[in-house]
Amino acid sequence: MAQQTTIALAGNPNAGKTTLFNALTGSRQHVGNYPGVTVEQKEGIHLCDGLPLRIVDLPGTYSLTAYSVEEVVARDFLVNDRPQVIVNIVDASNLERNLYLSCQFLELGIPMVIALNMIDVAKDRGIEVDADRLSQLLGLPVIPIIARSGQGTGQLMRAAAAMAAGQHEWRPRKLSYGDDLDATLIGMEAEIEAAAFLADTYPARWVAIKYLENDEQIMALGRQTDPACAAVLTDMATTVTDHLQATVATYPEAMIADHRYGYIKAIIRQGVVHHAYDTDRLYTSDRIDRVLTNRFLGPVCMMAVLLGLYHITFTYSQLPVEWLGSFFDWLAATVITLVPAGPLQSLLVSGIIKGVGGVLGFVPLILLMFMGIAFLEDSGYLARVAFMMDRIFRIFGLHGSSVMPYIVSGGIAGGCAVPGVMATRTLRSPKERMATLLTVPFMNCGAKLPVLALLTSIFFAAYQAQILLLLTLLAWGMALIAAKFLRLTVLRGEATPFVMELPPYRLPTFKGLMIHTWEKTWQYIRKAGTVILGISVLLWAAMTFPGLPDSTTAQFAAQRQAVLAAAPPAAVAEYQAGGTLSPTARELATRLTAIDNLKSEEALRYSLAGRFGTAMETVSWLPGFDWRTNIALVGGFAAKEIIISTLGTAYSLGKVNPEETGSLAKTLAAEPHWSPVMALALTVFIMFYSPCFATVVCIAREASWRWALFSMAFNTTLAFLFATLVYQMGTLLL
Amino acid sequence: MPRMPLRQMQKNQTGTITAVKVAGELGRRIREMGLVPGTEVTIQGRAPLYDPVALRVMGGTLTLRNNEADHIEVEVAD
Repeated sequence: MAQQTTIALAGNPNAGKTTLFNALTGSRQHVGNYPGVTVEQKEGIHLCDGLPLRIVDLPGTYSLTAYSVEEVVARDFLVNDRPQVIVNIVDASNLERNLYLSCQFLELGIPMVIALNMIDVAKDRGIEVDADRLSQLLGLPVIPIIARSGQGTGQLMRAAAAMAAGQHEWRPRKLSYGDDLDATLIGMEAEIEAAAFLADTYPARWVAIKYLENDEQIMALGRQTDPACAAVLTDMATTVTDHLQATVATYPEAMIADHRYGYIKAIIRQGVVHHAYDTDRLYTSDRIDRVLTNRFLGPVCMMAVLLGLYHITFTYSQLPVEWLGSFFDWLAATVITLVPAGPLQSLLVSGIIKGVGGVLGFVPLILLMFMGIAFLEDSGYLARVAFMMDRIFRIFGLHGSSVMPYIVSGGIAGGCAVPGVMATRTLRSPKERMATLLTVPFMNCGAKLPVLALLTSIFFAAYQAQILLLLTLLAWGMALIAAKFLRLTVLRGEATPFVMELPPYRLPTFKGLMIHTWEKTWQYIRKAGTVILGISVLLWAAMTFPGLPDSTTAQFAAQRQAVLAAAPPAAVAEYQAGGTLSPTARELATRLTAIDNLKSEEALRYSLAGRFGTAMETVSWLPGFDWRTNIALVGGFAAKEIIISTLGTAYSLGKVNPEETGSLAKTLAAEPHWSPVMALALTVFIMFYSPCFATVVCIAREASWRWALFSMAFNTTLAFLFATLVYQMGTLLL
Repeated sequence: MPRMPLRQMQKNQTGTITAVKVAGELGRRIREMGLVPGTEVTIQGRAPLYDPVALRVMGGTLTLRNNEADHIEVEVAD
């Protein structure tokens, strides 16, 4: 027994699987991804009487078909990794539906222990489940547990360990699916056994059932490994399908499902479930729903809950974000005193510290946001939001659950697309999820706001509030229309079935919330952190190198010298000593700063980013942008608020604080090139062009790098077209 | 006992499913949630925009869109 015992934990979503997993493994768990897909694989170690058991948490599913990634992942794990035992967690208050999945594990034949969860909830509802009777009828151990309190989990794991030590071979259960299908199955099984078809991975009867169910994954695998046998099986399945269609107008897969439920109902009727009260009784959860999904009160409560979540997140994350900001400012100041001025100092301060600061700056926000989302999700409210919003979002090819990511990203101005993109995980429909993921960056996040505020303050100061509201609505409109466009083109396809459970309301466990929040945050720091740091350094390099040629640097130095020489010596001494300055010394300082700012402007223009910005003028005249704006937009790829500081450098104003943009606003207003039309074109461009790279990295993590690059190209093209339209139409009309 | 598509049922009306007339992914999603012939369903309510619909099925609550409910035929008591 050198090999470690592996136990797979499986069950329906909402059956309490994650709670049980957390109760069993505590902090001894880690999260990875199943190879090639974005489905999380969680595993951990549980000590059962000193014996370590490896627990693998399979994704929550209702069935074992090949329709969703989660289901394919779950069954691939079972047949390829061959865990010794499967612990199937079922919700005692909803036994019939939960046993449908158990039934499919029985057909696969894997040794199984059933964890009968939430017996307390069931009891409150007047449902009493006779575990011994159920165990006797199913022929396997059934252990009543309460995962939330940990009650019964010890006994459960001992039963699982005992089974792992005892039974090794798989014993597929033979269920009857009606005479026609049973007869065909016997024939198919004979064919499969004779050809040893897929014999090293799957039981013969199970393969036959999958052929009858028209299971794409198994059929494709069959065609690859043994085309001859696969063809015979397909023919047999087609014959019986046609026969069923002709005689009873149904499909084999429907018939199989009906018989599985028949089998379950037959077991439950044999005294397994006792109802103490009338089954129509209103449970607490239904009473809550009478208010929360009420036609009038429902939407009002929803707005209140979402605004509340928003308010809490962005209010309480502000302080830690500021602390982090001051810490990194302090760090930068320390490095400046320790490292002599030059490329190394610049790399450390502007490249690395700013990059790391940028990554960690999001952390308090992500932490709080995910705590809020986890609370709404675990409590069951998120499913109600999807239920209420679905009708609207469906018009745009999305899903009711899309609302959350949009809100988080800035649907109420001031969110952040990073947690928004990560929040799309709650969507189980792949195409709807992708469309949501790609369009959430259109929302006006907190970093775009100061830029938009600056632009509107220059020319539209009197109507600033109204315009900002309009811009929020514009963002919503654009995101939804873009989503519709994607769903009609690259993400074309039928709507994924909406059929979903509205789980009973529950108070989430503190432990569950903490684990969930920490996982998300850590994932962000670890995976995104490394890449974001790299890109930050690259962008820094692009805006720094190549440095000004020596002759130009010498020119600026000479100018400084000339100014210093012309000034009265007393003022120079005062300037060099620092402290409070007399008027003459202050004038000297201003003149010197002006030279330094000109030098910074020249250096920026000379850098790679500057050359790129200048080169881009060949197309950027269309929306009316000059090279200075172009460089600022390149900087905005690092983080949108950097647009302001880059514009400041480009207009030789030196460092501009995003909080106080007065001088920049004055300069821009005075520029002949800047007109209200151009400001408007720039505003829409900034709203819709490529997401900042923190978001791009998150899109790559949640989807793929291909989609991340697509989103950069798609958004920038769209923004460019829109801005051009605004500028050209505006110039024409005014 | 009149038969009708699930979509036409009124709030709080109870019926027994007689047929689920759809194959493929949608059919399977509907069945795996327990919506198979013989199952009793009660309409619990509708979303603020009358779609989707919420059903009480075997001690749990399910929701599906009206165009999905069209495929489910129900027999209701008068």
